[in-house]
Order: sequence, then C-alpha cells, then structure tokens
Amino acid sequence: MSAVMRSRTVAWPRRLVHVVLIALALVFLVLFLLLPLATVFVEAFRQGVAPYLEAIKQPEALSAIKLTLLVAVIAVPLNLVFGVAAAWAITRFEFPGKALLGAFIDLPFSVSPVVSGLVYVLLFGAQGWFGPWLDDHGIKIIFAVPGLVLATIFVTLPFVARELIPLMQAQGSEEEEAARVLGASGWQMFFRVTLPNIRWALLYGVLLCNARAMGEFGAVSVVSGHIRGLTTTMPLEVEMRYNEYEYVGAFAIASLLALLALLTLALKSLLEWRYGDEIAAHAPGGH
Amino acid sequence: MKKSILVLLAAIGVLLTAAVAAKDVSLLNVSYDPTRELYRQINTAFAAQWKAQHGDSVTIQMSHGGSGKQARSVVDGLPADVVTLALAYDIDAIADRGLLAKDWQKKLPNNATPYTSTIVFLVRKGNPKGIKDWGDLVRAGVQVVTPNPKSSGGARWNFLAAWGYALKQPGGSDATAKAYVKELFKHVPVLDTGARGATNTFVQRGIGDVLIAWENEALLAQRQLGNNAFEIVVPSITIVAEPPVAVVDSNVDKHGTRAVAQAYVEFLYSPQGQEIAAKNFYRPRSPELAARYASQFPATHTFTLSDLFGDWRQAQAKFFNDGGIFDQLGVGS
Repeated sequence: MSAVMRSRTVAWPRRLVHVVLIALALVFLVLFLLLPLATVFVEAFRQGVAPYLEAIKQPEALSAIKLTLLVAVIAVPLNLVFGVAAAWAITRFEFPGKALLGAFIDLPFSVSPVVSGLVYVLLFGAQGWFGPWLDDHGIKIIFAVPGLVLATIFVTLPFVARELIPLMQAQGSEEEEAARVLGASGWQMFFRVTLPNIRWALLYGVLLCNARAMGEFGAVSVVSGHIRGLTTTMPLEVEMRYNEYEYVGAFAIASLLALLALLTLALKSLLEWRYGDEIAAHAPGGH
Repeated sequence: MKKSILVLLAAIGVLLTAAVAAKDVSLLNVSYDPTRELYRQINTAFAAQWKAQHGDSVTIQMSHGGSGKQARSVVDGLPADVVTLALAYDIDAIADRGLLAKDWQKKLPNNATPYTSTIVFLVRKGNPKGIKDWGDLVRAGVQVVTPNPKSSGGARWNFLAAWGYALKQPGGSDATAKAYVKELFKHVPVLDTGARGATNTFVQRGIGDVLIAWENEALLAQRQLGNNAFEIVVPSITIVAEPPVAVVDSNVDKHGTRAVAQAYVEFLYSPQGQEIAAKNFYRPRSPELAARYASQFPATHTFTLSDLFGDWRQAQAKFFNDGGIFDQLGVGS
C-alpha cells in the first residue's frame, strides 16, 4: 500500500512501471486464479442445477464429504495441540536438539505429499515394517480411516506451529513470567496470558491447517485404497469421477471444495479486517 | 480440550464399529478406472441373486484406480476379495506375493476373462484425416495420442495391437513391426502416463487426430461426452484386450468370503452378467449375447495375446521391461 502512495510523488517512468506491474499482477491473478475457479463452477453447472444436486446427493459423494470433515475434525485439533506445544517448547525453552525440532516441523512442507503417503505404506502396509504385526492383531491403518488421518496430520503438521513461532518469539516471555510471579498456576498463565496473546495467529494457523486438511490429495491418495464410500475423501472422489468421464459430478464436488476454500478465505479476510490492527501489533513478521 | 478430543475419538470408534457390525456379508472388488458403471450394475444384480438364493444380503465395495497402482495397493494390504484389472500382468504381480495361486488364470473359463474389449481409434467428427487403419496413423501430418506403455497397462494393449498389425502384414517380421511402431511413436505428441490422461488430452485439450483406445472406453467417452464430437474407427486387425478377474485366495480365506467371492466372479459369466457387460460396452464371451449386441461391436479380425506373444510375463519382459523393445525405440529422447 505504502508503495502506491509514494508513487504519487515520483516521476512518470517510475509510475508507468508501477502501473505495468500492477496490471501484470492482476492479469496473472485473473488467468491463474480466478479463471480456473470460475471454470470449476461453470463446469459444475454446465447441465443445470438438477444434475449438480443429483451428483452431490449420491451416497458416494455424501460419504466423501463426511469422511473429509471427519478427517479434518480429528487432524486439525491434534495439530492445534501439537502446534501450540511445539511453538511453546521452541520459543520458551532451551534444550538440546531445539534447532533440529524446528527443522523437523518444516519437513512436511519440503517433502512431496506422495512421499509422505508412501512412508506410511512402507511402515504399515502388508509388506511394511509393522504390517505383519498389525495384520495379526486385526488392526487396519493403511487403506482405512486411520491411515487417512495419519497422512493428513503429517502434511498439515507445520501450519499452526509455523504461525505461532515467529509471534511467540517476538512477544517474549515477560508477560508470562509476570503472571507466574503474581501467583498464577501454569494453566492460568496459559489461558489468561499466552492464549489471548496468540489467539489470532492460532486461529489463522488453524484455518490454513483446516483448508489443507480438507484439500489434501497426494498423501491421502497413496494410503486411501480408493474404496468408494469408505476411504474416499472429496479430492479423491473428484479425481475418480473425472477419470470416469463424469465431469459434472467431478466439478460439482470440486465446487464444494472450492466453496470451503472460499469460506476459509472469507473468514481470514474478516479476521484481518476486523482485528487487523491487533494482529499487526502482535505479528511483526507476520502476514 | 483434551477431554473433548478423547470423547470425539471414542465417538468415532463407536461409529466405525457400528458401521462394520451392521453388514451381513461384504466384498471388496478392486478394479481399474472405467468400470464404475459396469460394476454398479453387476453389484446390484448379484446382490439380488445372492439374497434370493441364500437369504444373506451382500454389500460389494468398489475401489477404482489405475490398474498397476491398484495391484500395488493389494500387495500392500488393500483387502481385496476380488480383483478385476486391466491386464493379467497386474494380477500376476499380486500372485508373485503369494496372495493367490500362480495358476489363477486357469481357474475360470476364457483365461479368467469374462468379457473382452478391443483396441480401436477415436477420431474427430467427420474423420477429417481419413483414418481407416493402422497404416494411416503414420502418414505425414497425423498426430496420434496414446499413453506411455511403461506406466499404463491399457497402453500396453495399444502397443501390442500396433505391433501385431505390422507383424501380420505381408512380409511382416519383428524387424518390420519394430520399424512401424517406432514410426508410430514419432507421431505421438504427448505421452500421457495413463489411459485417462490420454483421453483427456485428446478430448478436452483437443490435441491429436487419433486416440488409440479400448473400444469400451471409446464408447463410454462417446456417450459421456456427446455423440457428435467423435467417431470410432475399427481397424482391419486388432488385439483382443482381455481384462481378467480373480478371487484373491488369501484375503477371502481371512475374511471367510470365498463362497460369495467365487459366486461373484462366476456371475460375470452368467447370461445376466454378460448382458450387463455388453450394455457397458464390453464384448461378451457368450455367443448368444455377442449376437444380440452385434450392432454395437463391429466385426473385425482379431488376434489374442497368446496368438502372438505368449503370456503377459513374456510380453512384459520382451517389450516393456527396462531395456526392452519399447526402451530401444528411443521414444521421447
């Protein structure tokens, strides 16, 4: 924003560069973001509203929606707890291996999701390390809901911690120390001092984590087994229908995913608009 | 927070257990991509028959994906009672891990293939390039879309069909076949990894003049995408594509589902099963049904895999393994 303001006072050629850059960015956005998004809805409604609703009302679609929500409902809270704990450990304590922990948190970002899915297959698959033992005990992980949850937790693990760590580092621990000195218990300090300080970053991290959890394809595809109505999440259902030339069905479910993404985006924007100052004050290096 | 998570996990556990307990008999059929409609109808018909004969309700779950990937998943523990894949080689891979007998293909009639398809050409409306036979694919200016036989099971049938055509020409030999196939792949602008990718390249992106495809997929694509945009051309000679089926021995023994799984694959050979296959564009084995659906499946000269290539292990080793004939063509390099 400030760059645009400053441009009012600068010479013509520089202003031209600004305009060209902005135009380029806009064209790029329209071409690569808005157009594909619009295509999803156009394709979904190509044959009208009735086939759209029909495609979504199929039991397979409904079960994919339920499964996607179920996986997110398990994975996101777990990653919330883990993210807070990890951020807490990294920003409040000195311990050997701290740098390593920080690096490990980023691992899911740098590893291809397909590889992370394969890792679980190698661990828990029938030919994997623990496969025979799990099989003997009748425990199903791969090609069942637990595998989907594990893979989703893995790929969405960094989101909450990565939002919190810079913020908590910047905030320091003075307020928490003051609370302890004034006699607060550990939990009191956490709920009355730490949590209020990090709540916006936390919420933001959870939103991102949730968006990714519902949209994850690669890792989930490897561990799913694609059993219709049992282990097929929405992104997988989209792919399967596309492969069956059921374009309306594929795009109808894709449009639901897009709606979920838009909802997340709207929530995030609302937060930033409503609490923008507060977030900015707390997150000097933030978004 | 912690407590609510525990409660949630417990609730989920209860739900999952309840879902499992509610079923009478359950079968998992691990299949390849375009069989969804086929097996939706087969499953309904079979469940009705089984209920009438035995009083048990049977639920058949389906898994769809690329044939090779599906085989890999079964090896990794996907608990398939029945596999219905695109080529015998993929089921051989499961048999190699001891999940079913090595001679699985002898346990059901017709090479354990209850329905067949064949390799045809899908061309654009009006056939603007005048494609009639394999020879036309290597004319100047003709672009052909077919997936990569290294990664796609379906594409291996395409490759062998082209090879067989060249071999069956007057004076045909392995050398002339190799020269023809090499020339053919020079006309392939995009080598997709799978059959569905190739179809989408041809249909959605509008690339190429000819798509080499399974007849059932060409008919399916034609129906799903509207009849007016594409035409099917049946070449003078082509291969019989045999997508086989098998009961996965060790899984059905573990699940106690052998009887129903066996009845399920046998149902595919019954008149009812054959009719459903024909309605879903697979060529039925039964002569009566083949006659009744003759208008849908134009007559053509065909050869089978065993006529020219032995079995799938031999074909795989000769053509598609690393250093095999396909690699020697230097496609894409």
